[in-house]
Amino acid sequence: MKVENIIKIENLLVQRGDVTVLNISELTVERGKIFALIGPNGAGKSSLLLTMAGLLKPWQGQLYFQDMLINSHVDRMMLRRNAAVVFQEPLLLSCSVHENIALGLKFRKGKKDEIKKRVGESLDYFGIAQLEKRSAKSLSGGEARRVSLARAFALKPQLILLDEPFNSLDPPTREAVIDDLQRILKETKITAVMALHDREETLRLAQDVAFMDSGKIVQSGTTAKIFNQPADEFIANFVGTESVLEGTVKNNANGLMEISINSKVIEAVGNSSAGQKVFCCVRPENVTVSKDTQGKISARNVFEAKVQKIVRQGFFYKLVLDCGFSLTAYITQPSCEDLQLEEGASIITSFKATAVHVMRREK
Amino acid sequence: MELILEGIKKAFELIVSLDPEVLGITLLSLQVSGLATFISLVLGVSAGTVVALANFRGRKFVISLINTGMGLPPVVVGLFVTIMIWRNGPFGFLEILYTPLAIIIAQAIIATPIIMGISLAAIQQLPENLRLQILSLGATRLQMVWVLIKEARLPLLAAVMAGFGGVISEVGASIMVGGNIKGYSRVLTTATVMETGKGNFDVAIALGIILLLLAFMVNLVLTQIQQRQRPR
Repeated sequence: MKVENIIKIENLLVQRGDVTVLNISELTVERGKIFALIGPNGAGKSSLLLTMAGLLKPWQGQLYFQDMLINSHVDRMMLRRNAAVVFQEPLLLSCSVHENIALGLKFRKGKKDEIKKRVGESLDYFGIAQLEKRSAKSLSGGEARRVSLARAFALKPQLILLDEPFNSLDPPTREAVIDDLQRILKETKITAVMALHDREETLRLAQDVAFMDSGKIVQSGTTAKIFNQPADEFIANFVGTESVLEGTVKNNANGLMEISINSKVIEAVGNSSAGQKVFCCVRPENVTVSKDTQGKISARNVFEAKVQKIVRQGFFYKLVLDCGFSLTAYITQPSCEDLQLEEGASIITSFKATAVHVMRREK
Repeated sequence: MELILEGIKKAFELIVSLDPEVLGITLLSLQVSGLATFISLVLGVSAGTVVALANFRGRKFVISLINTGMGLPPVVVGLFVTIMIWRNGPFGFLEILYTPLAIIIAQAIIATPIIMGISLAAIQQLPENLRLQILSLGATRLQMVWVLIKEARLPLLAAVMAGFGGVISEVGASIMVGGNIKGYSRVLTTATVMETGKGNFDVAIALGIILLLLAFMVNLVLTQIQQRQRPR
């Protein structure tokens, strides 16, 4: 089956005033995917979202929406009717929640009972049916956030663009909104592009990631690739240095889980039940290496590994290991010499079950 | 002191007995200023919104002009309109000097910048991204502007009140272009000036009280509308 591109960008230049805010040679967003834009503040994430929404006119280059070149005012209007944006602030109007959610449907001159039905559906999706009659200005932060999401989903768009959708929410509300959004995106299969700045949000939600800096896309690929093989130091610092492993819980015995990753099984502590898809994050400073298993190793996870790469980083070395899955470890200069490590060598690597940070994933 | 008490007593007599002349003057005032405010509302809100949303060279200069216009002295407007519609003036052929229509025009010129200035500020104080949010929900440009105006309805109603208050109490332009003709172009303010000049303080006080009551009632109604729609 041919993969359909919802968004395709070629040689795009976008200017605001005299400043070039975007300079993107190539980017595609596939249908049904959740695509994350990450990077420092001012990298151009918001501008890229606005451009994809047809709200910012490119100065040069091509923007395709479902393989159709967006060129004229009419095209951009068509794009705006098919892509919904959720901004950082909820931006609700001072009227009832119902009227807020109905807004986009009214712009499309929908029939009255059809609008009512769609608003009801959208409210139910986000579990906020009880807010329907309330004034939008009286809502709490989390409620307002849900209403602004419901307003976009009521339109059943082809593409939804979210600018830091979990910003300024308290941690429990944030968790709940992430869960809701994840579930709804899965059910509706709507393609989503979101600007995020939190590594955990990115890992949980996104399948593909583009890292942006100064208006450019510095690296893009699958989430695991960006997190495990950051192209440079800057990205590495941003996404963190943990190894991120995709796995599935095999079983859970009183909080000690067996998780299969590729053909291997690791043990970790947590409360996910069997069958749950998870990310296992292991910090490199928690991974130890040794020449053999002679010395006592109390850690539950012990693997034979091949040294793929040795990178000198100041007074320590970063080892990229292959033990059926990719793992990163830090060792000091003396121990590197003791172990006589070189690329291609075989060693034993280990980490504790408690050193594995397990996160649920839905895809 | 007696003068004042006598005046107030007479005033209430005139009001309670619905004196036909006083009633006529009151109705004309209400019609003239109401119509002038309505014209200013249409012109002021649309022009204010355009200036608030558009991006053009000299925008700041235009905004300064509007803000200056908010304090336009009625006598200057009266003078200007008089010259324009004077028998030999550019619009003399219309023959509207000393008619209620002339007062409406002059009052609209006074109220328009007031409503324009407040509308401009009202639209500008909406969140910057709100325009984009509305457009992204699929609005046409016209739909977007309409939603913004509705969103700014609180300060816009304040603009209407300020405009109406400005023209109903204005006397300089009304007397110059209206001529204070009995039973034709005499409004509350011009009548008050005349009666005071003649020493008829009782009538003048009555007219003054009616003017105050009128302004109060109109604002009471507008305030009701404004506060009813206030976010709870």
